[in-house]
Amino acid sequence: MSMQQRTVTTKRGCEVAYLEAGSGQPLLFLHGAGGLFPQNPFLETLAGRYRVIAPWWPGYGESRGEELLEDMLDFALHGWDVVDALGLERPHLMGHSMGGMIAAEMAVTAPHDLDRLVLVCPAGLWLDEHPIPDIFSLMPYELPALLTHDPAVAMRLLAGAAELDFNNMEVLKQFLVVNARQLGTAGKILFPIPNRRLSKRLYRLAAPTQVLWGESDRLIVPAYAARWQAMVPHASVQRFADCGHLVPYEQPEAFVAAVTDFLG
Amino acid sequence: MKFTWFHLMPWPNLPDDFRSSNRSVWVDIPSSLYDPEQGHHLYHEYLDQLEYADALGFDAIAVNEHHQNGYGLMPSPNLIAAALTRRTSRAAIGVIGNSLALYNPPIRVAEEFAMLDVMSGGRLMAGFPVGTPMDTNFCYGQIPALTRDKYLEAHDLVIRAWRETEPFAFDGKYNQLRWVNCWPKPIQQPHPPIFIPGGGSVETWDFCVENDYNYSYLSFTGYLRGKALLDGYWERVAKAGKDESPYRGAFAQVVCVADTDEEAERLYRPHVDYFFNRCLHVHTGFADPPGYRTVATIKTGALNQYKPLTPDALGELPWGQLIDEGNIIAGSPATVRERMEDLIRNLHVGHVFLLFQVGNMPGELVRHSSKLFAEQVMPHLRSMWPDWSDDQRWFPQPMSDRRELEKQPSQAMVA
Repeated sequence: MSMQQRTVTTKRGCEVAYLEAGSGQPLLFLHGAGGLFPQNPFLETLAGRYRVIAPWWPGYGESRGEELLEDMLDFALHGWDVVDALGLERPHLMGHSMGGMIAAEMAVTAPHDLDRLVLVCPAGLWLDEHPIPDIFSLMPYELPALLTHDPAVAMRLLAGAAELDFNNMEVLKQFLVVNARQLGTAGKILFPIPNRRLSKRLYRLAAPTQVLWGESDRLIVPAYAARWQAMVPHASVQRFADCGHLVPYEQPEAFVAAVTDFLG
Repeated sequence: MKFTWFHLMPWPNLPDDFRSSNRSVWVDIPSSLYDPEQGHHLYHEYLDQLEYADALGFDAIAVNEHHQNGYGLMPSPNLIAAALTRRTSRAAIGVIGNSLALYNPPIRVAEEFAMLDVMSGGRLMAGFPVGTPMDTNFCYGQIPALTRDKYLEAHDLVIRAWRETEPFAFDGKYNQLRWVNCWPKPIQQPHPPIFIPGGGSVETWDFCVENDYNYSYLSFTGYLRGKALLDGYWERVAKAGKDESPYRGAFAQVVCVADTDEEAERLYRPHVDYFFNRCLHVHTGFADPPGYRTVATIKTGALNQYKPLTPDALGELPWGQLIDEGNIIAGSPATVRERMEDLIRNLHVGHVFLLFQVGNMPGELVRHSSKLFAEQVMPHLRSMWPDWSDDQRWFPQPMSDRRELEKQPSQAMVA
């Protein structure tokens, strides 16, 4: 089942590109600060069971209107704007990293408008004893080791986006523009500390919730899984051995099995 | 021409292995490298140097704001400027400047600059940088993509606070104030001349052009590299149909003057080397957080100019190459005069911000170089823009009847 790319415009005026496939209960996948990587077989697999919809955040890919989103509430409402624009009824929400932070914010904003919530190593909480690396001052070559258990996996995912030849000025410029749009947008909710006080609002979370974490996550370390468990006592937490931050990309089979087990 | 003697106030005791042992002079520089008791002597030595520049006849003395920075010891340049109002009486005092988005609420800048203008008798040059990513984003936590928006709002608030004569309410996105009422007000009306230090953002060029502010290009990599950027600015000035007064532009330049060219290399080379190799050693990851520069600026295409000079490359540059490439202007008074004429003409600037104190240069060399410039270079460059000699729009207009500061009797005399 191959994913189809479509576009929808929200009431706020954001133009949202999204991938879609499958039928049945809608499952909205919200990508992280690094974007939606082109190699995403887990989406197709899930589309065998659900109507999978994976939008790009404004500022990413062909989605536009990032200047309309300024703070956490804007991002959460934008998520619901996409649900409304597509006419989805009580979708499952599944968010990865920054996408998990926004999915959780959506769920506390409108606790009864979703079915189930899957948070994949979500951002949004902060532990002083486990400071999350500053992704805004990282050099590109420092990223792979933070993203996957085996850095080579992240290297392949990152390189897959483009052949990056930084001696070519046009390529460099294009890379800078993409990066400025993507992480510039993400910075509105992640910079300088990826904590917009979601913890104050998590008491509102009513949906059945699953929290998934890679044991080798070096970006948001597994201590945060315990924190989520403490903040959301009804959540079921599952960890993946030999897996880093990019769980859906690094262990797609195990990831899909866990998710389908939870969503039914 | 207007000559501003500009101080960065670098820490002069960074160790020889600073570059290999530390990734950055800025943001995460180890605080163990700072010694407060040495700092005491240093602040007063640097204040003495600024006061000496006033005595030498420079038109202005200037300072700037940096945070967590081994080459800039002025998180609050306003404190330094306040000290300067007491022991100088002639030169304009430039604070180039206060990063508006970092003051909460930014009305603080309107108040403190008004205080400085009043204390100095109307000698203030008011600088409003958007701020470097290192200071603004990484040290002071401002969100890169919203920094410029917040800056512009703060600017509007400060200017209105200076202009309005009645209290007003300000309903901004980042600042909500029910009662804005700047008190005291500046002497220079409606406000002191405004200088916008920039690094080449097209938005900043247009902002200066629209508001008739001076655009000050403050890189420390020299005028040959700076030309492309200032050319871009002058194009915007022409496009907007504004006059071409050179006083719309300023440029910062490292200058070292000695009796001969050979002597300049001998005296200043170690300090220039310290400056480029240690002071400018900034972690690349702190230099350009995504969202800080707009897509429009990235697309202007002058990427070569935006690339920082890598300290590695500079470390290998021989003295002659530093001079040929314009990173520094150094040599005998005649040589410096010739290069300065070249700079002023080529960049079309009426203001130069001159860095005589370079890296770990000791006070006596700073004074030697400054004095040679003031006596043997500056007089020859004074009248380079005869057509604009009456243009006072970008220079302070102090009050005429300024207070003579009382001389206190020494403690011995009191006893």
